[in-house]
Parts: sequence; C-alpha cells; structure tokens
Amino acid sequence: MVVAATAEKPRPEDIAPPAAAHGASRIRVERVSHGFDAPSGRLEVLEDVDLDVAPGEFVALLGPSGCGKSTLLRLVAGLEPASAGAIFQDDGPITRPDPSRIVVFQDPTLFPWRTVWDNVALGLQAQGILKQEKTRVNAALRKVGLEGFATSYPHQLSGGMAQRVALARALVNNPKLLILDEPLGKLDSLTRLEMQGELVSLWQKNGFSVLLVTHDVEEALFLAQRVVIFSPRPAKIITEITIDRPYPRHRDDPVLTGLRHEVLNQLGLGKSW
Amino acid sequence: MSSSAIATAAAPGFERKLPPPASRAASTVEVFPAANVASLETRAAFHPHWQGLAAALAWGFMAAVTLAWPNQPAGFVEDWPYTTEFGIATGVVAAICAFLAFAASAHVRLLHRACAVFRHGAPWIIVSALLLALWEILTAKTGVLPPPFFAPPSSLIDAYANDYARLADSTWNSVKLLLEGVAWGAAIGFTVGVAIGWSRAVNYWVHPILRFLGPLPPTALLPIAFFFFPSSHAASVFLIALATGFPVAILSWSGVAGVNKAYYDVARTMGASEWFLIFRVAIPAALPQVFVGLFMGFGSSFVVLIVAEMMGVKSGLGWYLTWAQGYASYVNMYAALIVMTVIFSSLISLLFAVRDRVLVWQKGIVKW
Repeated sequence: MVVAATAEKPRPEDIAPPAAAHGASRIRVERVSHGFDAPSGRLEVLEDVDLDVAPGEFVALLGPSGCGKSTLLRLVAGLEPASAGAIFQDDGPITRPDPSRIVVFQDPTLFPWRTVWDNVALGLQAQGILKQEKTRVNAALRKVGLEGFATSYPHQLSGGMAQRVALARALVNNPKLLILDEPLGKLDSLTRLEMQGELVSLWQKNGFSVLLVTHDVEEALFLAQRVVIFSPRPAKIITEITIDRPYPRHRDDPVLTGLRHEVLNQLGLGKSW
Repeated sequence: MSSSAIATAAAPGFERKLPPPASRAASTVEVFPAANVASLETRAAFHPHWQGLAAALAWGFMAAVTLAWPNQPAGFVEDWPYTTEFGIATGVVAAICAFLAFAASAHVRLLHRACAVFRHGAPWIIVSALLLALWEILTAKTGVLPPPFFAPPSSLIDAYANDYARLADSTWNSVKLLLEGVAWGAAIGFTVGVAIGWSRAVNYWVHPILRFLGPLPPTALLPIAFFFFPSSHAASVFLIALATGFPVAILSWSGVAGVNKAYYDVARTMGASEWFLIFRVAIPAALPQVFVGLFMGFGSSFVVLIVAEMMGVKSGLGWYLTWAQGYASYVNMYAALIVMTVIFSSLISLLFAVRDRVLVWQKGIVKW
C-alpha cells in the first residue's frame, strides 16, 4: 500500500500538473499568526502557519470546525490583513482583495436582485470590463452547465444550481487561485458527489491553484493533491499528506481508504473509525 | 359521471400496494385523460354565472329605486337634480352586467379577458350597488339623513357638472404641490439615509438629529414654516418634504445597515470599488426597505398636504373643503372627498406598480 510520507513538504515536480498551469499562482504563507479582540480578551486563531501552494496545485485544509481555517482563507483572499507574518502571491505580498484570487463561500451569496447572468457578470462589471468581455459570462455559465438559466433569479434555483452559479461567478474572472470555503458543505450528499467530480474537471481544464477548506475527509482525499491537517484553535499545521493518485479518482480506491484512516487518526478520530 | 371515471381509473393504482415503478407510471397516465375529458365537457356546456346575474339584478334594483321612487321633498332643496340621469346611468350598468353575465355563462371566447375580470369582481359589484341604493334611499328617497349635511349620490353629478373648473384646478394644484414636496423629501431622505447607513462619520452627526427631530409632527411646524418661508407654497413644500423624508431616511438607513456583509466580501474579492459597493450592492439590497419608507412617507405627506391647504394655501383640495364648508355646500365637499380618495389611492397604486417593476426579483421570495 502506498501511503505518502507525512510531515514532508511535497516538491512541486512530484505533483502531476494539470492541463494548463500558466494561469496559476504560487501562494506562500509565511509564519502567519492571527487573532481577534473579543470582549473576553484576545482570541488567537492562527499560530505560526507556514504553507506553500505550488502553481496549479490543489490543496485541501482539514481540521476541527471553528479552528481558523476559514480565517486563513480570508487572509489569503486579502479581505483582512494578518496580525503577524506575511502572505505572498507569486512574488508580491497580498495586501488587499484581487480578482486573481476568488473566494467561493459555503453559502452561494448570490445577489437576489440580479439574474443568474448578471450575478455571473458581477466581477467583470466591478472591474469595468463587462462591455468588452460579455462572452466570458456565457462561457462561464456553459462551464457549469447553466446557460439555460441565464435569466432566472437566484430564488428560483436549487441549492446545487445556486452553488454552480457561484462557481461560474468565480470562474468568469479567470482566477489564478480559487479559494473554496466549504463550497459543498450545505448541499445534499448526491449533489455533493456530483459537484466534487465537476470541481476536479474544472480545475483540470482551467489550471488554477486551489485552496479548499472542508470538513469532509473523503472529499479532501477525492479532490486534493495534498491535505493539510490543522490542530484545534489556535490552528497550527499538524501534518501534511500528499495524495499521489491519478485523476479521475475512485472513491473505493484502497489507497484513499488507507489514507482516510490515517487522516482520521491525525484528527484524533482514529478510534471512531 | 366524470368523477366516477376518475375514481375507477385511479383505483387500480391504489389497490396495488407496491407496484413496480413502470406500472405506477402507467396508472397515473390513465388518470389524466379522464380528467381532461371531464374538463372539456364542462367547458362546452352553458353554465349560468349566478353571481353575474345577481350583479345585473342589483344594479337593476338600484335603477328602479332611483327612477320609480319619488324623491322626498326636504327643507330648502326643491328637488335633487340629476335623479333621472343617475337612474339611467345605473340602468346602463345593469345592462352591461347582464351582458357580461351572459358572456361568462356561454364562455364567449372573444370576451374571455373581460369575463375573467367580471367574475373576479362580481361580489364587489353586487355589494356596491346595494350600498349605493341604501345611500340613495336614506337621503333622497326618505330623508332619514337630512340635507344639507347629507346628499344623495345622484346629486354629486351636480357638483361635478357645475363646479368642475374649480375642482379640477384645485386637484391639479394639490397634485403639483404634493409631488413637488414628495420628490424633494424622497430624494433627500434617501440620500441622507444611505449616507447614515454607509458612513460612520455621517451616522455620528446626523443620526442623533434625525432621532431627535424626526418624531416631531411636521404639522406642528406649520405656523413657524408659514412665517419663515417667503410663500405659503414654499412652506408647504418644505413640510411635505419633511413628512416624506423622515420615514424614507430611517428605512433607507436600516436597509443599508442591514445588508448581508458577505455581499460586500464577494464584491470586494472581485475588485469592486467603494462606489460599486454603494451603488451596486448596498442600495439594491436596501431597496425593499426604501420602498416601505416611501409608502409610509406618502401616507404622512397626504396629511400635511391637506392641513397645509386648509391653513394657508389658497388653492387645492384641502382649501376646497374649507371653502365648501364656508358656503354650507356639503355636496361639493363630498365631491372633493371622492376626488381626493381617487387621487391618493391612485398615487399609492402607482407606487405599488413602480415597486413591482423595480423589485421584480422579490416575486416568489416575499408574499405581497
């Protein structure tokens, strides 16, 4: 059984690069700590996190809920500055949000007053290039298979469709890094399985880097090339596991089953398995 | 017969407890043709539309009362004018009702739309005829409600026919004054509300003023306003704007302050500027609340308009009311009240129509 070595940084050349990796960013998180001032005192959320995402790599972050993984994503997105440490995209430090790094949240957060088409067009409109780039909106809708719903309003969509629109709204920006904050967390299990497959093929076709936060161990193993496991708050990286399996993966792959056991062990849930 | 056909068609499906999916589908297919046949049968038949016939009868009754029952000679009114004309008009309404009732019964395709409206409104058409008849009987026919304080509906025609110039002029001036004040109030209230909701600094300075002065009824400022402003028109515009602006500002503010913060995160990661966040995120998200404010503001603007016109402005429907009262011409007062009702309810309906257009995305989310 091939279980990848743990606690060892994968070399980028070990990872099979997806089809077109030219539009992908390298992300370096260097000694980042972060906390909030709560009424009851300082709340430390992240402690000394070091993380490297190679261009085009798919990295999943796993950890107990509320440990601070989502906070790390907000820092990488540039929505908040880190209390200590620095985060780099390629060679520039990340100081504010940028359309090259797009977040997809657990809730689709579509704007209810906009049609599906206008929702997907949001990024291009915000950047002032919608007029020239209209075709990108249709292309993004086609990628997620919703070109027939362009004129629908968000409340007319099912949960899975809404999350697909949110994906299209992200993809239309041609992101170099896709930040996924439990994007499938609220979907029913069948839709989730279906969309896991779609995420893999979108990633392979577009070649961006992906940072995925999830609570679902199987989802992480099915999707990611590398799984980073965090401790409870304040979150530290416990270990990393490289998943050197080809895509498309199979859920009953014995290697993945073995890795699942190991990941659960690392999360302190080994006995429950 | 048709219902038993449905029952027998549906029965096999119920008998089999656990049918395989294919046969279950087959049994449901059987049900639908039976139902279709039934509905086709009813469409072809002549089905008397009883409510429509009752409406025709009620208006016929109204016409008969007006024409056949002589008016009660009362006090200084020698006879109520336009009684015959009113009777004929109600008779025409009765004839139209009878025609539509027949069309609805025979399912005339050409009048399909008109019949649908008529069917929906039939109960109200009946009730309004009966209420009008009651009104006519209590005033002109029996004198239970005596002149000059009460007038029969037929006499309103007199007021409109003889004083339409003054009434139209008053209506026009009222609408102009109202819209001028409401436009200023809505624009300023909306701007102030959005600014308070968006900017901490504006919130710090303007919010307390709004909280302190807002609850003051604008009508209380009437005497001062007439003194400070160069004309009674300007004073009225100011007071109407104040009445409209306060609720609009408060609700625009709460709308902007209540916008889901995740919307801003989404827009910011996609490169949105501050301008974009205000005009493309905050304001559209707050619009449902803004419309609630507009409805409230419209309501209080009507009060201020009428009071201001009664107190100082030399034209308008409020002025017309006091003028008619001065001449003890209560028929004209009723006529003006009816015009007022029509104008104000039309304005509110117009606002509803605008909201339905602007907030079309809310359909299906909110019950309205």
